[in-house]
Amino acid sequence: MADTETTTATRPTRGAEQGSVEAGLDALEVPATSRPPLRQTVVHKILPPLIAVALVLVVWQALISLKIVDDPAKLPSPADVGREFENAWLEGRLLGYIWTSVSRGLLGFLLALAIGTPLGLLVARVKFVRAAVKPVLSGLQSLPSVAWVPPAVIWLGLDNSMMYAVILLGAVPSIAGGLVSGIDQVPPLFLRAGRTMGATGLRGAWHIVLPAALPGYLAGLKQGWAFSWRSLMAAEIIASSPDLGIGLGALLENGRNASSMAMVFEAILLILFVGVAVDLLVFSPLERRVLRGRGLLVKG
Amino acid sequence: MATTYAKAEKAARAAQAAEAAEAAEAAETGSASESADAGRYAARLRHVSKSFAGPGGEQLVLDDIDLDVAPGEFVTLLGASGCGKSTLLNLVAGLDRPSAGSLTTDGRPALMFQEHALFPWLTAGKNIELALRLRGVPASERRARVEELLALVRLHGAYGKRVHELSGGMRQRVAMARALAQDSRLLLMDEPFAALDAITRDTLHDELTRIWQETGLSVLFVTHNVREAVRLAQRVVLLSSRPGRVAREWTVDIPQPRRVEDAPVAELSLQITEVLRGEIRRHG
Ligand SMILES: Nc1ncnc2c1ncn2[C@@H]1O[C@H](COP(=O)(O)OP(=O)(O)OP(=O)(O)O)[C@@H](O)[C@H]1O
Ligand SMILES: [Mg+2]
Repeated sequence: MADTETTTATRPTRGAEQGSVEAGLDALEVPATSRPPLRQTVVHKILPPLIAVALVLVVWQALISLKIVDDPAKLPSPADVGREFENAWLEGRLLGYIWTSVSRGLLGFLLALAIGTPLGLLVARVKFVRAAVKPVLSGLQSLPSVAWVPPAVIWLGLDNSMMYAVILLGAVPSIAGGLVSGIDQVPPLFLRAGRTMGATGLRGAWHIVLPAALPGYLAGLKQGWAFSWRSLMAAEIIASSPDLGIGLGALLENGRNASSMAMVFEAILLILFVGVAVDLLVFSPLERRVLRGRGLLVKG
Repeated sequence: MATTYAKAEKAARAAQAAEAAEAAEAAETGSASESADAGRYAARLRHVSKSFAGPGGEQLVLDDIDLDVAPGEFVTLLGASGCGKSTLLNLVAGLDRPSAGSLTTDGRPALMFQEHALFPWLTAGKNIELALRLRGVPASERRARVEELLALVRLHGAYGKRVHELSGGMRQRVAMARALAQDSRLLLMDEPFAALDAITRDTLHDELTRIWQETGLSVLFVTHNVREAVRLAQRVVLLSSRPGRVAREWTVDIPQPRRVEDAPVAELSLQITEVLRGEIRRHG
């Protein structure tokens, strides 16, 4: 087509040629994608945290071996803590501790989800409710939920309902807040595009607003879980009582009372482990999937 | 937000009803051209004005626009940046209401935005399918119809592709397919190819012309590119700036398919550019 003389002559075949030009353009412009090989995943993802953990253990052991800290009541050796884990496992207590706390945490989180989601919708979409409730939500988000433990104990007594109350006060503001900011940040272009297609009212909410707000909602859920878990541990440590069963927080408190630093370490490590595991197994993959589907995640 | 939409829609419907009544009245008083027969025009604007509340009081953006788009007609709307082209399209699309004047369209128009405006949480195919679903096409027919539309814009096999996996040109073609899925009689396009490179834009011009000829749609196409306007349109309407008024119109009777390099296209473009320059100079 560079030759102007032949322009008119080539016209009849333009349809066919046009198709092939387009196919060429498409092929050029679409990025080639492939999954990273397994070796690369191991080297870049799994190895670094393992090295970090090993390093911490080495430093810990060095503190003991070099007698920098030689009071086992202050710093137990890694072997002591390991023995504590082993005993708990052999006596069948270990999974019990974990399950007591995790079942509470998850149930509380689900409850927070069931309350926070409609609350978030209401705040996002009803002007009066927004004006009334939104400042309260932001305030609650910055209030450490430990503060709720003493009043909850007084109002609800030393039982599970008090634990759930504390979890809710920790998690509901995050979940509702995440949904509100997700909805607030929906690009107006999507709303307008939806309107020209006839997605107004409830249909607009279902087909456009909610899916567009999903990343913000998920971020709220993730933070909500972290807050649930934190507030639950605070509640378990402060309000341990024999009828409540021994969860991880109570384990820590028992260790302190028995002056067993190994047990305290055991509890701290378990709390850390559960918090990280739930995030790694549930929320991170969910969030990654959503973001990747929208092309919002460049790598990883 | 639901309430806002519902209200806007109700208001729009009320306005349309009022217009129909007005038109019927006009027909009664005897002017046949003003009849309420919707089939005679895809869009009809009469004395349409739009102003926005600006820092220095009301800012008049569009002033007394009269514009008709006949069924099956391809009209390009040409004007300098900021002269109110997008504002005008939004009015025709029903996304905004005129401050004064009357505006009638033959059904709800489809609008294609300057940015592709595809929903990133859906695949290319599902984006098109959503448009079908929203206008009530039964689920059993949707998939086949989507494939048809994808074939129409020459994107066979793109059904499962994510939006971010497509090139800019492919996204605009999916957006075009989605707009076509609305099965409107009028397609509004707001500088849909402005962000594309010249070769891609060329191929999309050819596609659009072919689709327009095959479907018999009416198209109101906004651009600030004079050659693009001449390349595509049967009629070019030039808007002046501040406030936007219809400054001049040209009928383009160069046979399709045209190319931007064709001598008659270039010649008319030159002529229109001169007038556009003059319009802009008035503000210097
Ligand atoms: N919602 C609004 N509120 C106030 N002013 C607005 C609003 N929308 C548009 N305007 C003003 O109206 C004028 C025309 O805007 P518009 O977007 O229609 O221009 P345009 O011709 O589409 O320009 P471009 O070619 O750059 O897209 C501008 O001066 C703009 O500032
Ligand atoms: Mg514009």
